[in-house]
Amino acid sequence: MIQDLNKAFENRLRLGIMSLLMVNDEVDFNTAKELLKVTDGNLASHTNSLEKLEYITVIKEFVGKKPKTSYKATKEGRKAFTAHIDALEKLLNNQ
Amino acid sequence: MSDERHREDLKEIRSLMEQSTRFLSLSGWSGIMAGIYALIGAYMVYDYMNSAPFYSNPESELPFILIGLGVMAAALITGAILTQQKAKKSGQTIFTKTALRMVVNIGFPMVVGFFVWVAFALNGGIDYMAGMLLIFYGLGLINGSKYTLNDIRVLGVANVSLGLLALFFTHYGLYFWAAGFGLGHIVYGAYMWMRYER
Repeated sequence: MIQDLNKAFENRLRLGIMSLLMVNDEVDFNTAKELLKVTDGNLASHTNSLEKLEYITVIKEFVGKKPKTSYKATKEGRKAFTAHIDALEKLLNNQ
Repeated sequence: MSDERHREDLKEIRSLMEQSTRFLSLSGWSGIMAGIYALIGAYMVYDYMNSAPFYSNPESELPFILIGLGVMAAALITGAILTQQKAKKSGQTIFTKTALRMVVNIGFPMVVGFFVWVAFALNGGIDYMAGMLLIFYGLGLINGSKYTLNDIRVLGVANVSLGLLALFFTHYGLYFWAAGFGLGHIVYGAYMWMRYER
């Protein structure tokens, strides 16, 4: 059971990022920062690692002259997150 | 990794999912104010009905529409200002995707209802005004409740119920209207204010 928990989601912030992306098609950097109450650097480093795992994709675009970064969960990411939540729930229910 | 931690993880996930999909800054006071405007509007209509011979000429319907639109405009503007103030206090704005989603979802049934009502009104069905406005507004609230505090669903159901009654007892339309838009909003707004803002 405990081995079903995903190491990638041991970090609360990464879990938070994935939570947002599970229920929203797309979340931009500033909205995520505000909701998760973290610093720019912290958020960027964890989105980077989730991107490396191919759990999320990064979308960069320009709104007028300002660059805007948004994130989206991949199929892999959704699957991994769901499996992690299932494992968490099982662990808590089987006491 | 302890149980306590897992439990907290799940709690955090749930709250983030809620926060990011629901617009939570809706101000209770805007409900109270909307209710007060509606009661003033209802009184103005009542006054007009008792002073002018009703149905005497086709133009006599215009004041109802003007009063209705006036109440709606006043309620919307006040609501937007109060909600913006509340959002600002918690470091947010009302110009977010979740706010837009809420407005679109509440608004859609209302826009549909407006045209249905216009069609009825053009064919002499002005008596159904109160009932239809209540029904479609209630449906809008029920539809939008997924995107804001779930409590507005109760107000929606109350308005739909009163609206249905108003369709059958058209003679008392104004009273149902005052109860739904007026008292309903005031009770709901006060409840929201006590529960979430005090």
